Amino acid sequence: MKNDYRARNHPAWWAFLVHRLSGLALSIFLPFHFWALGQALQGEARLNTLLRWTEQPLVKFAETMLVLLLAAHLTGGLRLLALEFLPWRGWQKSLLGWAAGAALAAGLAFLLNLV
Amino acid sequence: MEGGVVSGAGQGYAARPVAVSGTSAKTETWLWIAQRASAALLALCVLVHLVTIIYAVRHGLSGAAILERTQGNAAGLAFYSLFVLAIAVHAPIGLRTLCQEWLGWRTASLNWCITVLALALFVFGLRAGWAVFAGPA
Repeated sequence: MKNDYRARNHPAWWAFLVHRLSGLALSIFLPFHFWALGQALQGEARLNTLLRWTEQPLVKFAETMLVLLLAAHLTGGLRLLALEFLPWRGWQKSLLGWAAGAALAAGLAFLLNLV
Repeated sequence: MEGGVVSGAGQGYAARPVAVSGTSAKTETWLWIAQRASAALLALCVLVHLVTIIYAVRHGLSGAAILERTQGNAAGLAFYSLFVLAIAVHAPIGLRTLCQEWLGWRTASLNWCITVLALALFVFGLRAGWAVFAGPA
């Protein structure tokens, strides 16, 4: 099949794109996350300063997006492992829907507890 | 074998073979295995992490509240050290595939950059875990 729009107009291609972009975003976020957690070495007060900064609505929104991306990368990754390592079964066709649903549920659970 | 040719190594979507300069087919195979093995470990770690995140925001996100729950928790430190190790393996290999397929970066320099990134993630990840679970020295 030619690698043109016809190959991409498929849920599995969008799942691939979400998996790759979420992986990229999480990789970019990781150094900042490690740096932020490392602030605890300077004591509780420094950590509190950082946590106060995260109370801004825009930061909360970004955090929710990150949780959503992490959950999407997890569920998308589990789908890939199932496709690669388990014998093919009919139920694997609906894995994409389950993966998306579980990721959204995780993002929503975080958001509801955050606000 | 130098300059081994491997499959797209993405997620089974890339039909075009990707030649990685200076990387043997055996190394590519080990990287593929490491990526899948770390993914399996990360599946468990991320699940625990997501539950922990939701629990943490529900029970208060102050420095005192967080550190009270974490400081001196040896099991937590062990778990997150394993988590960091899996991340340091998984993320660089994934970025390596991305660099090959999307940027066309297939020279030996890619392997060096990815190795440095893996080591940096491991060291700074362990430092973060130590900060949260062991605290200031």
